[in-house]
Amino acid sequence: MKISKDDVEHIAHLARLEVDDSLVEKFSTQVSGILDYIDVLKDVDVSGVPLASGAALQTNVFREDRVKPSPGPSVTLTNAPDRDDDFYTVPKVVG
Amino acid sequence: MRFEPVIGLEVHAQLDTETKIFCSCSTSFGASPNAHTCPVCTGMPGVLPVLNHQAVTFAIKTALATNCTVARESRFDRKNYFYPDLPKGYQITQYAAPIAEHGHLDIELEDGSEKRIGITRIHMEEDAGKLIHDPDRPKSMVDLNRTGIPLVEIVSEPDIRTPKEAGAYLRKLHAIVRYIGVCNGNMEEGSFRCDANISLRPVGQEEFGTRTELKNLNSFRNVEKAIAYEIQRQTYRLEEGHKIVQETRLWDTARNRTASMRSKEEAHDYRYFPEPDLVPLIVDDDWMTEVRESLPELPDAKKARFMEQYDLSGYDAAVLISGRSLADYFEAAAKGLKEAKLAANWVMGPVLGLLKNGEITIENVPVNAGQLAELLKLLEANTINAKAAKTVFDEMVASGKTPAEIVKAMGLEQVSDQSALDDMVTQVMDANPEELEAYRGGKTKLFSFFMGQIMKQSRGKADPKVITQILKEKL
Repeated sequence: MKISKDDVEHIAHLARLEVDDSLVEKFSTQVSGILDYIDVLKDVDVSGVPLASGAALQTNVFREDRVKPSPGPSVTLTNAPDRDDDFYTVPKVVG
Repeated sequence: MRFEPVIGLEVHAQLDTETKIFCSCSTSFGASPNAHTCPVCTGMPGVLPVLNHQAVTFAIKTALATNCTVARESRFDRKNYFYPDLPKGYQITQYAAPIAEHGHLDIELEDGSEKRIGITRIHMEEDAGKLIHDPDRPKSMVDLNRTGIPLVEIVSEPDIRTPKEAGAYLRKLHAIVRYIGVCNGNMEEGSFRCDANISLRPVGQEEFGTRTELKNLNSFRNVEKAIAYEIQRQTYRLEEGHKIVQETRLWDTARNRTASMRSKEEAHDYRYFPEPDLVPLIVDDDWMTEVRESLPELPDAKKARFMEQYDLSGYDAAVLISGRSLADYFEAAAKGLKEAKLAANWVMGPVLGLLKNGEITIENVPVNAGQLAELLKLLEANTINAKAAKTVFDEMVASGKTPAEIVKAMGLEQVSDQSALDDMVTQVMDANPEELEAYRGGKTKLFSFFMGQIMKQSRGKADPKVITQILKEKL
């Protein structure tokens, strides 16, 4: 599957990644290569091979609805680049 | 050209669990900023979400109460977008395989007829955080306490045609989620939120027109007003030959209009994919049966029963079943009475009158249902008359004493004794010879004058029925 340069730029934008123009062509080739390899995997005959991961066979993993103490701002704000009391702050998003 | 509005509603109801949907942080409202956060709900690397069992039970309950088919197997997906209220960069939601589909609610129209509004689907998802926009600085402050609170999104079919129908559907849904105890329904705190999709099409055309989505509809009244405004706005645009732009519009409560909201960038490229950290959810027959058996009587069924069992009008029954606690209060107050209508009148009148200032609710009203029942039994047994009953009621509110105590202390027992009342009527007639003559001369309106005089003399205690009878004989 061919990933165009436009696709690369679109995906980079969605992921909020800056991609230098000089690299767009390179990524277009590399991402296309990754998808082509998935096509190779799809063609492998795995009938009769058991699933290796237990999670793939599991269903219904639940928690009981019981409150546990939350770490709160002391943990949540550890890596906040900017904060105001117990809020973390970001550049204004509306109006 | 005449246009027909086509309206669909999306309701987000917060499920009333103790903890969030995928972690053990508390869901209680009003905590200090970010107090209820942990690495799971803030999306730190390496954490694993684990589904809250109670949240699923509540979602199943909602589905059954809205006539939906519950999916035996449902799954979770990631909805990807960037916004500061969404710390993970994606919302966990049920996109491809929701927990329930194909439901409906029957709403009552103004002319008394019923209309069925389809429910497309109900899915579970996590709520986002809250942003507070700093008025003075170019900053937004982020509070993630709400992040990860369990929601059900209830999506209606585009079956709604008028603002009134939208209001009726919403009120009914609101009553149901509160009845079944899955959502507290508090619209101001955002526990029950509504978005509306609206488009117009020429009457007779099958195909839908371009729609707009309305947000910020935080009361029933605003939903109706915003939809009415938007129908008018779209009508003008179309009549002037313009096209409708597909966009999200915010309802401006202060200005009573909708305004375009800057569109969320790439809003329609959510790149849903299966959430690899959560396993499929299976709802088996045992779970379904358990939830079905836990469902209380629903509003429609209760209304029908009240009309039948208590011989109430549709209006009275609708008022009394509007909340489960109110309905319970009425039933307790009506217990043992010959005429349930008497209890209905007292609950809808004096009792509801006490609730009006907002702080007093039916749960903590100063006269409880048992006390009201005692009072109404005294009234029904003619121990006191209606006027005295209101006096006793007011005194019960003020002092908290029992009706019997108050009646005794205030000497309010009704005088029904024929000879005592006979004497009283004679006295009043003797004391008012002019009025008596005028009455006998044809001024029959003076009947109420005599009634009044006798009630006054008896200090309100005379049995009006007996006096009427005696007066008619004597005058």
